[in-house]
Amino acid sequence: MIRKIRSLIIPGVDKDLLVKDATKLMPDLSRRRFIASGASFGALTLLTGCDVSDSLSAENLLTHMSKFNDMVQARIFNPNTLAPTYSEKDIKRPFPFNAFYAEDDAPNVDGKEWKLEVSGLVQDKKSWTLDELHKLPEVSQITRHICVEGWSAIGSWQGTPLRDFLKLVGADTNAKWVHFRCAEDYTSSLDMPTAMHAQTQMTFKFDNQLLPRAYGFPMKIRVPTKLGFKNPKYVVAMEVTNDYKGGYWEDQGYNDFSGS
Amino acid sequence: MSSISLSEERTAAAKPKTKVIQPAWVRVVHWINAVAIVLMIMSGWQIYNASPLFNFTFSSSITLGGWLGGGIMWHLAAMWLLVINGLVYLTLGIVTGRFRRKLLPISAKGVLDDTKAALTGQLSHADLSTYNQVQKLLYTGIIGVGILIVLSGLAIWKPVQLQYLTALFGGYDTARYVHFFMMAAIVGFLVIHVALALIVPKSLRAMIIGR
Repeated sequence: MIRKIRSLIIPGVDKDLLVKDATKLMPDLSRRRFIASGASFGALTLLTGCDVSDSLSAENLLTHMSKFNDMVQARIFNPNTLAPTYSEKDIKRPFPFNAFYAEDDAPNVDGKEWKLEVSGLVQDKKSWTLDELHKLPEVSQITRHICVEGWSAIGSWQGTPLRDFLKLVGADTNAKWVHFRCAEDYTSSLDMPTAMHAQTQMTFKFDNQLLPRAYGFPMKIRVPTKLGFKNPKYVVAMEVTNDYKGGYWEDQGYNDFSGS
Repeated sequence: MSSISLSEERTAAAKPKTKVIQPAWVRVVHWINAVAIVLMIMSGWQIYNASPLFNFTFSSSITLGGWLGGGIMWHLAAMWLLVINGLVYLTLGIVTGRFRRKLLPISAKGVLDDTKAALTGQLSHADLSTYNQVQKLLYTGIIGVGILIVLSGLAIWKPVQLQYLTALFGGYDTARYVHFFMMAAIVGFLVIHVALALIVPKSLRAMIIGR
């Protein structure tokens, strides 16, 4: 998309009009936010004396740096390094609810109707009912949830390791991504090495109780090696894919890897 | 910037009488650091505002990035500039003997005497190539703060992969406070540093043209 825009930049063309057109082409929130934050780029111009007031080129540079950081983090990521675990007494109660909407607006999923759709590079594409998933072997973890905003809270999650499920459905674990879609159309992508990490969990319980609505009933993906927004709740579909499909926050500019 | 400093060096070499106070490499890393640290502080304030540690937030007029995601983008891009430039500074500071020559020795008595002299207006600025005891303490201290803010930043960024570092700071939440207070120390240093550079303008000139 950025390349498209670049090829559109012709000398003599009014930049403001161009930006307007570009915004129309790409109605995603991030672009509007970047253009709206032009004042900040202006502040940078004052500091460096360089012309970075063209918000498109500044965005371009930052996007490249963010991708570079994805690559660095993928290298730093050690699949055998486990997230620190804690004891019962460390659990934050009540555990904070967090989403881009208020708790009252959280999806109210009917567990009897709900099915997990499995698609993409998997041998067995059958959908799973909640009863079937609840019969899978259960593991438990008490780990720290770290939000992109900076706060953290220790919680207790029970479910089945995602990597065991991926093996069970015959997923191509050489594929690059596992993409999740949620009841409220939230989406997020996990890189395969993280999806295969021992602590990455398909979660059905919080604190040994059936996952409450606030924490993602009927299923959440708990990833203690990632920031909170890479831990989707109310998951309805899972796709194993080589195509990068982004995610709700990733598309708006949060660093894609966002590994802890 | 580098072409300016190079030509300045040539001029300095042609006239050996004028003493170079700040060598070119010091000036280059100083101004790169100045840009990097301002970007880091302003974007860091933007990130802080998403989940404030204290009962205040930073005005959006002094933050960078426009929103949390933009702030993080700036912070994690400028960190490379800060860290690589900082490593160059530390390496050259040690290898050239500048740290040893300029920053040592520091004594408690020396610092107290020079603080008194400064407050009573009796501190000499005649020879800018030699630091007084207060300068030595502040410049050594800010190097330590710089190292701590980078390490605590790494502890927050990678609390799983670098969990021993995070534990060293007393855990994730404490590391955030350390990171914040190191920022506050740098801002405090900057206020004094910039004020004194303006009071003694030839020190500012030395950091720009070398003499």
